[in-house]
Amino acid sequence: MAPTRDHMTVLAPEGMLGYGIPVRSMEEGLARNPDVLAVDAGSTDPGPYYLGAGVPYTSRRAVKRDLAMMLDAAHARRIPVLIGSAGGGGGRPHLEWLVNVYGEICRERGYRFRTATIHADIDKGWLKAKVARGQVTPLDLLDPLTGETIDAATRIVAQMGDEPFQKALDLGAEVVIAGRACDASVIAALPIRAGFDRALAIHMGKILECGGAAAYPRHGSDSLLGVIDRDSFTVEPPNPDKICSVASVAAHSLYERSDPYRLALPGGAIDLTATTFEQITPRAVRVRGTRFVPAPYTFKLEGVRRVGYRTITVAGTRDPVLISQLDAYLENVRNRVKEVYGTEGYRLLFHVYGRDGVMGRLETAKEIRSHELGFVIEVVADDPEASSAILALSRSAALHSTYPGRKAIAGNLAFPFSPSDLGAGEAFEFSVHHLVEVDDPLDLFPVEMIAI
Amino acid sequence: MSGRGVRTIGDVAQFVTSKNAGPFLLTLDIVFADEATYRTFKSVRPLDRHVIAGLYGIPETDVLKIIEFDPAYAIKVTLRRPLGSGALGETDVYGAQQHVPLMLHEIDWPEAR
Repeated sequence: MAPTRDHMTVLAPEGMLGYGIPVRSMEEGLARNPDVLAVDAGSTDPGPYYLGAGVPYTSRRAVKRDLAMMLDAAHARRIPVLIGSAGGGGGRPHLEWLVNVYGEICRERGYRFRTATIHADIDKGWLKAKVARGQVTPLDLLDPLTGETIDAATRIVAQMGDEPFQKALDLGAEVVIAGRACDASVIAALPIRAGFDRALAIHMGKILECGGAAAYPRHGSDSLLGVIDRDSFTVEPPNPDKICSVASVAAHSLYERSDPYRLALPGGAIDLTATTFEQITPRAVRVRGTRFVPAPYTFKLEGVRRVGYRTITVAGTRDPVLISQLDAYLENVRNRVKEVYGTEGYRLLFHVYGRDGVMGRLETAKEIRSHELGFVIEVVADDPEASSAILALSRSAALHSTYPGRKAIAGNLAFPFSPSDLGAGEAFEFSVHHLVEVDDPLDLFPVEMIAI
Repeated sequence: MSGRGVRTIGDVAQFVTSKNAGPFLLTLDIVFADEATYRTFKSVRPLDRHVIAGLYGIPETDVLKIIEFDPAYAIKVTLRRPLGSGALGETDVYGAQQHVPLMLHEIDWPEAR
């Protein structure tokens, strides 16, 4: 299908909804008459907790401020707003949270947009049937998915492509709030619907989804403009103090990806082996040549399971006698805890800053050269009460256990806080990171028009 | 004639970074400021699976990809994470502080004439 027009302009006001849209960038971006405002609101990057606990990792106040800026512009200019991966995790509670923020803004300002939501939650029974039919494959060296792993998962979502957004627009939606979505698809949806080249639209989406991250200097959250035409697209930062260079745009193809030449999405991959980047103004880069390689529809699943309840304490030592026999000292603490609580139903972990607190198992420097060490002592147990009790004993054992040559018999550790023990709530880990084959790209993602 | 010296990768590269590529992979990027430095680096061929595995104390089979990306004058190295992001005992949820062994790795470098 040939595009119905010469070009289309997408403004990504920021790389993550709630990170703070710069006012000037928004104004300059809007002055370019964008056809759509599209923003990514989620990621797995902050770790498994947020998907599991059903909470956002951005602040409500910050999200409300940014979303209100976008809705003001949408209302004044009658252009659509597309939001993907609502609430960060993009599951049902995350999406409902964002719809709540959205509803509040609309009520306060008297806005009545035609509004669609798109859920991305995966039904466990449906997924088990898919496993049984051999239509689920692991990603990144994980084990094959099993019914047990599915049952143990707290929440599972799938990343939608651009098709559900298109359906919402077909239904007349002016604002689309979607659950977990491929970040590039949110931005690419309107250009693809208008007939622009799929590969170029998705590649432009992949660059815009991080907002100003593809412009230099690369600091702060910022906006990025993309203009797609029949055989290329151009990216440019609306912020006049920033530029897109061939280096900044090309380097963004590396970001958070294992392979810069290929990006897989539902229904195919974009291939950058023939892509060219051209500086067309001092601040704008034109991209051509990206190709689309069709593939059967597969959707990336993301799921987490709860591993227990976490309690931590933070402390440090300045004592060279203790530091010289650190392993034996920590083993003593561990044994003291074992005497009282046994070995089942909890994990006790020592994060030792000054030794391998940053790199853990990837640390190859074995010698401690620091004059002081920081500890985060962590307990994850099957229930919150056990977690708190076991951490309390670990903390007091660490404070008071003796060791050969000990001079500081009043206490081994400096605690910066009172209370020393901090409950960190539920602890999760990623347990589902697989692809599921589906015939229809709309099947998994119900599009609903909602009343605000 | 040019002689040879020893430099760290951090000395010759503009950026050396690490980051998650999904929850189970870690990706390291070495980005050069200009094409000449990038070409020199490639000609020295200082990185292979064996070298990377040694820098991080991991099996060579966990070094999944080493890719040269000419458009950005960059080399990308992708590793399997020993633990998934945020798993129990894991230390770097974003994977953003795993670059130093690569940055400090010493390589042969042709000295300027």
